[in-house]
Amino acid sequence: MIHQFDTVIIGSGGAGLYAALEASKKSNTAVLSKLYPIRSHTGAAQGGISAALGNVEEDKPEWHAFDTVKGGDYLVDQKAANILAEEAIQAVYDLENRGLPFNRTPEGRIDQRRFGGHTRNFGEGPVRRACYAADRTGHMILQTLYQQCIKNEVSFFDEFQVVDLLLDGTRCTGVVVVELATGKLHVFAAKAVLFATGGFGRMFKITSNAYANTGDGPAVCARRGIPLEDMEFFQFHPTGIMGLGILISEAVRGEGGILRNRDGERFMERYSPTLLDLAPRDIVARSILTEVRDGKGIRGDRQIDDYVHLDATHLGKDTLMQKLPDITEFCKTYLGIDPAEKPIPVLPTAHYAMGGIPTDQHGRVILDNKETIVEGLYAAGECACVSVHGANRLGTNSLLDLVVFGRRAGMHIAEYVKEAGEPQVDDSAADDARKWIERITDGSEGPHGGHISDEMQTTMMEKVGIYRNEKEMEKAVEEIQELRKRYREVRVQDKSSTFNTDLLEIIELGNLLDLSLITAVSALNRQESRGAHSREDFPERDDDKFLQHSLAYLEEDTVRLEYKDVDTSIWKPKPRTY
Amino acid sequence: MNIIVKVQRYNPETDDKPYFQEYEVEMDPNERLLDALMKVKRFQDGSLGFRKSCAHGVCGSDAMRINGKDGLACKTLVKEVVEKDGDTVTVEPLRYLPVQRDLIVDQDEFFKKYRSVKPFFINDEEVDKQERLQSQEERMIFDDTTNCILCASCYSACPVLEENPNFLGPAAISQAFRFITDSRDMGFNERFKILDKPDGVWPCENNFQCTKSCPRSILITKRINQLKRMLENQKKGNTE
Repeated sequence: MIHQFDTVIIGSGGAGLYAALEASKKSNTAVLSKLYPIRSHTGAAQGGISAALGNVEEDKPEWHAFDTVKGGDYLVDQKAANILAEEAIQAVYDLENRGLPFNRTPEGRIDQRRFGGHTRNFGEGPVRRACYAADRTGHMILQTLYQQCIKNEVSFFDEFQVVDLLLDGTRCTGVVVVELATGKLHVFAAKAVLFATGGFGRMFKITSNAYANTGDGPAVCARRGIPLEDMEFFQFHPTGIMGLGILISEAVRGEGGILRNRDGERFMERYSPTLLDLAPRDIVARSILTEVRDGKGIRGDRQIDDYVHLDATHLGKDTLMQKLPDITEFCKTYLGIDPAEKPIPVLPTAHYAMGGIPTDQHGRVILDNKETIVEGLYAAGECACVSVHGANRLGTNSLLDLVVFGRRAGMHIAEYVKEAGEPQVDDSAADDARKWIERITDGSEGPHGGHISDEMQTTMMEKVGIYRNEKEMEKAVEEIQELRKRYREVRVQDKSSTFNTDLLEIIELGNLLDLSLITAVSALNRQESRGAHSREDFPERDDDKFLQHSLAYLEEDTVRLEYKDVDTSIWKPKPRTY
Repeated sequence: MNIIVKVQRYNPETDDKPYFQEYEVEMDPNERLLDALMKVKRFQDGSLGFRKSCAHGVCGSDAMRINGKDGLACKTLVKEVVEKDGDTVTVEPLRYLPVQRDLIVDQDEFFKKYRSVKPFFINDEEVDKQERLQSQEERMIFDDTTNCILCASCYSACPVLEENPNFLGPAAISQAFRFITDSRDMGFNERFKILDKPDGVWPCENNFQCTKSCPRSILITKRINQLKRMLENQKKGNTE
């Protein structure tokens, strides 16, 4: 079945919905999502969205941009960071004007709080920059944008899973998707396609990410020759609930929470004398792991699953109830503890992909290191790499990225489709996808995906996690390749067409395996430590060789790497201390 | 520990009517019921159909009936259900919505009712490059209703819908409350007409099942009663 739209948006989280609001004003737009729109993982973001409003103390977009660049260990494209910080202010006002219920100051203005790596005057000390709605800021953004989409009668195709990208040379002509309810393949021909499919934390064993975060957009693009940028940079959030990986917002530390080891020591004093517990996430996550390895975890057994304490007992019940109610409830539900009375056992959890589909400042996808644009193809949000996060994203900048670059992509699309011609697409466009799905569902016996998924997650967690070295990563690449071979034999156990979630999971697993391979190979090739990428065998940052974005091309079973320059036109890279 | 998960199965392609199937799963008591379903799906029976995503109670995908109570599988710990009802856990799809496959229901009717209350901010006054002001007290009036994740647990829990399938239902009404009581919103008159219909707020009989089932602790019944009073006062004002 062929559908014709001006604009097709894949994904209905913050970036997809914001783009849809803009694009649908001027073009015939469809939003395709494998989940119901309000189920997207934007809704799980907790702590805040940063903007230098200066509502509670002096702040400037320039400081915000600098913090973003330094937080990203100078791998951030600096003009893009400026856009992020400058447009943040109006973006937050826009959300408020559309009804978002921010917490308020006593004067009735949007309240702001501290967050990791956000500082006043280029690093002097923490600044209150994060606008927030309790610890449900992402939920409120997702709800507000979805509500506005209802108001503006945006067309949704719920529970449609993308499986292929259609390209005619360097022009995008549409996508192929599976309708979950019927198992039917649909071709959506479009002048413009935007990928806003979110992250892919599910390649790791312990993650804050939803089951749905399987990187469908980047994987589909990679298989069609689009490179993926900076895939070696994956953020581990310092504070996930021990064992489960459920996110405990950095806002707990923003409100005054303290990390402690088994001696009760505030160990961040030793790692980050100025920002303490509010150092950027890569630094805090490494510090926790170092404590555990030194036998200073709570159990003290130096095992990989030993943990530390996040102490919020001194914040008081009122602050916890008003500013961190969900965190309080997670602790009660999953740990049986009240954070007002007992410290929270935490460990780093795989959280955010800094890398993704390379784009320019309008969300247009870039094919190489010569700025060649893929006409009509866009990406925004976590699946994209602008790059405003570089080697390590600052807390609250992800929600901001969605809103700012989702909007910019939507606006650019609205103009682009006015001039673009109708794409030529026929039924044969779905042939490759059909063959793939027919193989998985051909009725023959094959292994189920569950074990492959488990092994992939363990390999990535243990060998391509927070600390990395050549030997382990070489093993990881080998193991992932072996899993990719076994994956080709996987067959569905569910033989029906109606809501075949078995098929859906196999498609998702294929995407994660491809992205795992790309991540491992990209990490193996970066022989330096920068931001979230920490090499035990190359502990120093190497600006001479690696002040460059990586571009990874998936070519059947190999990954080819190229590199491109970073925009350092505003601030010269300096050693990164806090 | 080992538990039995007894799941209602239905595949419209092959089954005339729903039936129950039992799976034995080894679980840690602290794991979630969703973990049990995932173990079945990944290692025993890939054909089991259910929705899931965030796995920690914020996306609303995995609402279902668990031992006859509506709630989220990812917010229900194995030890809780076992302590209360023994080591067989019965899992069924939500009520009042057509079953499409196993635990997957068609949510169209639920969302249609939700959309009918105009669940979006209404205020056409221009604001130029600034925020609207709102006091902390004004913000707190509708605070709990902003937590709604539209999981439909309350909808399935409501006994009124059994008698009156046209009833707007708890979630839609609480979302109307969220906007009506927001000091910045101007849409009261538009929503008034919808809520005042015979199938609007009035069928609610204060059973409190919605409030009990809500995984986000929204005082839904209380909010419905507040709206009823607002409508009554408005009507009194209109006739005086």
